[in-house]
Amino acid sequence: MSLNEIASLHPFFQLAPLVVFLPVLGLLINLLVGKRLGEKGIGAVASLATGGAFVVAVLLAVGLAQVSEGGTLTLANWITLGDLGVSWSFRIDTLSVLMMLVVSGVGTLIHIYSIGYMHSDVRHNEDPGRFRRFFVYLNLFIAFMMVLVSSDNFLMLFVGWEGVGLCSYLLIGFWFEKGADGIGNARAAKKAFVVNRIGDFGLLIALFLLFYNFGTLNFAEIFEKAPAVAAAAPGAIMAITLFMLLGVTGKSAQLPLFVWLPDAMAGPTPVSALIHAATMVTAGVYLVARSQALYFEVPAAQNVVMWVGALTAFFAATIAVGQNDIKKVLAYSTISQLGFMVTVVGMGATVAGMFHLTTQAFFKALLFLGAGSVILGVEHGHAHAHAKAGEHGHDSFDPQDMREMGGLRKRMPLTFTVYLLGGLSMAGIAPLAGFFSKDEILAAASEKSIAVYVLLTAAAFLTAFYVGRQLVMVFFGKPRSDASEKAAESPLLVTLPLIILALLAVFGGALNLPGSHLLETWLEHSLPETAPGQFVLPVALISLGIALLGLLLAWLVYGRKPIFEKGQPDPLRRPLNGLFKALENKWWVDELYHAVIVRPYQSIAQFSAGAVDQGVIDGVVNGMGSLVRSGAKWWRRFQNGYIRSYALTIVFGVVLVITYLVLR
Amino acid sequence: MPMSYFIGLSVVMFAMGILGVLLRRNPLVVFMSLELMFNSANLLFVAFSAYHQVLDGQLFVFFVMTTAAAEVAVGLALIVAVFKAKRTIDLDQMSSLKG
Repeated sequence: MSLNEIASLHPFFQLAPLVVFLPVLGLLINLLVGKRLGEKGIGAVASLATGGAFVVAVLLAVGLAQVSEGGTLTLANWITLGDLGVSWSFRIDTLSVLMMLVVSGVGTLIHIYSIGYMHSDVRHNEDPGRFRRFFVYLNLFIAFMMVLVSSDNFLMLFVGWEGVGLCSYLLIGFWFEKGADGIGNARAAKKAFVVNRIGDFGLLIALFLLFYNFGTLNFAEIFEKAPAVAAAAPGAIMAITLFMLLGVTGKSAQLPLFVWLPDAMAGPTPVSALIHAATMVTAGVYLVARSQALYFEVPAAQNVVMWVGALTAFFAATIAVGQNDIKKVLAYSTISQLGFMVTVVGMGATVAGMFHLTTQAFFKALLFLGAGSVILGVEHGHAHAHAKAGEHGHDSFDPQDMREMGGLRKRMPLTFTVYLLGGLSMAGIAPLAGFFSKDEILAAASEKSIAVYVLLTAAAFLTAFYVGRQLVMVFFGKPRSDASEKAAESPLLVTLPLIILALLAVFGGALNLPGSHLLETWLEHSLPETAPGQFVLPVALISLGIALLGLLLAWLVYGRKPIFEKGQPDPLRRPLNGLFKALENKWWVDELYHAVIVRPYQSIAQFSAGAVDQGVIDGVVNGMGSLVRSGAKWWRRFQNGYIRSYALTIVFGVVLVITYLVLR
Repeated sequence: MPMSYFIGLSVVMFAMGILGVLLRRNPLVVFMSLELMFNSANLLFVAFSAYHQVLDGQLFVFFVMTTAAAEVAVGLALIVAVFKAKRTIDLDQMSSLKG
């Protein structure tokens, strides 16, 4: 890009690289001098860095309001190799800036929350030194996420894509020496990384195919050429989009690669909120939204995306019903909500997908942070109760088990209020944010495919049901353990972000109210074609009715009588019997994968390591060695140290040479 | 004198030299045998030089004699060094460099 072009950009757009560099600056400061800053200082630097990125994103949005077509800012050339030209350049358009706003906005709140949360968490886990490390990782994540969403080409996007995967791994395994058998957390981190790698492999193949067919990796050029290439080689676009979908199923935890996300809850709760609910897992949705021009060319691939999303939405919602861990329920609900988004971007209704992505970031971050606040409160209560009783050390008490909670409504009123708002928003109760975004998805589905619509509505019903179940189990009834009886409200640093997120979760629907379509008009500049979102009254009424029905049913099952006492089985177990067992065990998906993929894979690895590597490969190398050895053993007899035998050999040699010369 | 006399003497001297190198165990005698072989070659150089009426052969003989002298100097020094180390100069005792 020449100087002229840079000058022609809106002045605010030239700030775009700061969204990446501010978090990098924050992490460098913490890395270099963090030890001297103290916990408050570290937290302030990290939060300010992310907050700065948010301010820059807001400025970009202001710029976009004036120059709606956006622009591209090239920082440096990266690879120039024959036909391949890749640069570090930032694409400023309404879609990328929306993602930047969500990532840095929610990210800033979670950074602030983490100052309070990690203060307790590092002490609870007895290693205060890791406070700094946590914020370094968190800033690194924000930086990579910004690279991902602001990229102008697929390769830079891939850098961000891998970078956030790395941060996810580092943060899931943050307490890597904890968990089951002392390696539970490390195992969860490894699982997340390996499963994501399968998805990344798909994305990488898609990138190769893109370059092969288009000769470039630049977004604008590819999307421009898409119709021509689709006409020439429809199979290629089909393959690209499907391989890309494999990447999406990995990163956004869709069927069949969703298994890593529930295990990822081993990370500290702010990580679950930021990475595994609000931002990183939505990268897949963003990728499909960004590549709509490709997906529009192959309706078959769109259908596949749609069905993958719809099945995931329903499947994960069923599992969430049977979980007892407060974070696991939220994890499966995240998978389910991501399924909603993937479905709708698969249908081509990108705006509805991005709308739900945004509102979900609000209410799911709120729910996770609320859950973190609950865990803090229960841990506090546990420590308090046992300090009195004079007990020491850690026992088998699990502060995340909802069966040990109950009655927290009175002990933690603020957390209860915001959690209730987040839960109702996710359940889709009007007029909270979740209602509008989910309704837009259901309306789009009802027009596209009735089967998908039914599936999503069933998922919405289950969502309301498990939200109700969780609310009742955690906050209502009587405390079911000493810990929850003694639980205490969390400090202001923790609750303040909760209040802000609660406001967003309540009023976030205003972004794209039927009638105003703010987000729609905002996004139409970056998307190839947007059908105006529909507001279908029957659909809205049905979804509201279903949500209320789900909550009511949850109340009837869990809340009507004093909830089951400690140790008693779940009230659903009897009527559903075997089905509930399946839900509780997550449909045995992990066990299935273990038997079908992991075990055969391990035995292949065993075979390769034993028979192939040690037998064949080592055998060849060792055989060469011993061949040379035995040859040398025979030859060494000629070097006997007697000078006269050497001389004799020389004489023989000379005689032979001369004989040859004479006789030839 | 016919050329064949010189050639015959040279062959006899060379054969004696070879036999001496191969059979004797005293390095001094081995050196003398080596000198015998040099001189058989020198004899041929000189004889052919006179026969063909060119000086090249005689010139070469001086080089051979110079080199041989240098070589003997090194060789004798080696023998002294070996004797100091092993208190013997028997060639058959010097076989520690075997494989």
